[in-house]
Amino acid sequence: MAAVSEKTRAEVPARRRLLGALRKVMVYGLLIGGGLIFAFPFYWLVTTSLKPVDMIMADPPQWFPNPIAFSNFAELMDTAPVLHWVRNTVIVTFLGTIFYTASSVLAAYGFARHPFPGSRVLFFVVLATMMMPGHITIIPRFILFRELGWLDTLLPLIVPTLFGSAFYIFLLRQFFLTIPRDLDEAAELDGANTLQILWDILLPLARPAVVTVALFAFIEQWSDFLEPFIYLSSPENLTLQVGLRWFSTQYGTQFHLMMAGSVLAMAPVVLLFFFAQKQFIQGITLTGLKG
Amino acid sequence: MRESMQGATPWRQSEAQRQWSVRWRRWRGVPYVAPWCIGFLAFTLGPYLFSLYLSFNEWQLLGPIDYVGTDNYKQLFDDPLFIKSLVNTTYYTAIHVPGLMILAFAAALLLNEEVRFRALFRTVFYLPSITPGVAAVILWVWMLHPTGIVNTFLGFLGVPEDARPGWFASTDWAMPGLILMSFWGIGSMMVIYLAGLQGVPQHLYEAASIDGANWWQRLRNVTIPMMTPTIFFTMIVGVIGSFQSFASALIATEGGPANATLFVLLYLYYQAFRYFHMGYASAIAWLLFGIIMAFTLLQFALARRWVHYEG
Repeated sequence: MAAVSEKTRAEVPARRRLLGALRKVMVYGLLIGGGLIFAFPFYWLVTTSLKPVDMIMADPPQWFPNPIAFSNFAELMDTAPVLHWVRNTVIVTFLGTIFYTASSVLAAYGFARHPFPGSRVLFFVVLATMMMPGHITIIPRFILFRELGWLDTLLPLIVPTLFGSAFYIFLLRQFFLTIPRDLDEAAELDGANTLQILWDILLPLARPAVVTVALFAFIEQWSDFLEPFIYLSSPENLTLQVGLRWFSTQYGTQFHLMMAGSVLAMAPVVLLFFFAQKQFIQGITLTGLKG
Repeated sequence: MRESMQGATPWRQSEAQRQWSVRWRRWRGVPYVAPWCIGFLAFTLGPYLFSLYLSFNEWQLLGPIDYVGTDNYKQLFDDPLFIKSLVNTTYYTAIHVPGLMILAFAAALLLNEEVRFRALFRTVFYLPSITPGVAAVILWVWMLHPTGIVNTFLGFLGVPEDARPGWFASTDWAMPGLILMSFWGIGSMMVIYLAGLQGVPQHLYEAASIDGANWWQRLRNVTIPMMTPTIFFTMIVGVIGSFQSFASALIATEGGPANATLFVLLYLYYQAFRYFHMGYASAIAWLLFGIIMAFTLLQFALARRWVHYEG
């Protein structure tokens, strides 16, 4: 018995160390391998968009574009009303981000700070709409916008953002609740009205949450496909995301143009992410939501 | 400021004014919440009710709305394309959701280790999930082209040319192609798991280590039980989202080849906006709604057996 325990005592540290090192190698191996797999599509997208047409299908594949050709981007502008699409997308994204953020802030403030009879039930409805499948509303909304004469305009993509979004309201309300009420009450005694309390006291403190909501709203509006796809029809009225698809049907599948277009469609989101990484991660963990 | 205001307004509120002010205080949240309520009525509740109404009618968008009772629903069960779309959607969900959960969990476990360049790795895994869907799908269609880069890699691995998948050109491989593509988007689920992992109390791991638990035992007996609420949440959200898949199939395959990737929502879209069967399409929407709700309730019922809540 004694011999066995002496033997293990000597062996354990060595074994532990070996296992620890092996584990490190495994972890780094998987992270680097997985990382390469996840990063590769971005690399392939950008390099394809920079290859001359006759090189994109080269066999064996050309790993680095040689020569680097910006001709695909020029051709993209010539073959399709891309500048119109960019302009439309910018309008929808810019206004949508502002409207979504502002309207959600107002509703969240109402729920967080000024409860009224029935407001708890209403807030429960807000939560319920987050879980309710959105696909039911596709047809009725189409009919509604058709009746209003808004089809093939940007209005159906902008006007609904004036009324806030359940997810953003929820996120902001949760944040407002973490701010001590003493501050509002002090301001109220000083004669501030409810709007001044929101603007002067709460908004500066809720900045991280407001920025997160604005980022999400930006991405939602910029990336939206389903709604513009259903409401817009004329080539020059499309948004970038819908326009990309219109390509493949109109001209056969011209991958060099589609890759150039996809670079345009992805670039703002990727850039935004790099500038505001912290807010993104914070926002998601704040609520554990948003797919 | 308070003093100056008191000095400037040396009047006393009349009884009516005071009452009005009390009433206003009670209701002053209403103007803030009202816009959301209007939007909810106009763009959610109204549409829900109208859709339910339409599902019991026949309407070609132009002309009269004809009441047909439950005919639309009955017809759905005899519609081979609808059944096919339901089977396809279930097939996709059955692999997409568990696969996404396992991969996202594994990535979160790796990122939860003490590693260098953690922020860089996190960015690499997260970024694809926020790239605009259309561009991501187009990119994958390009990579999964029969002579595309993925098949080229398979060639490097020794897969002979005639054994390489045809992906979106093949009825058997189109769905696996869509599923494979969907795994690129593990990022947001991964971040949720990562937050959950960081909430697991450290002392539990220490206690398990003292008891001699190895890596697998700690994962099995500490991490996973503590993570069940998060796992449950991602599963619910994942299934709801998966049943509503639409854009990837529309862009990559338009539901083909031979309806191999026809999702329920894609079929709804075709019925509504290609054939203008608004009533029938609304019935599809509500049947899908029922299926999603049934699945969600079932998961909540089963949750009692495996979801572990602290306290």
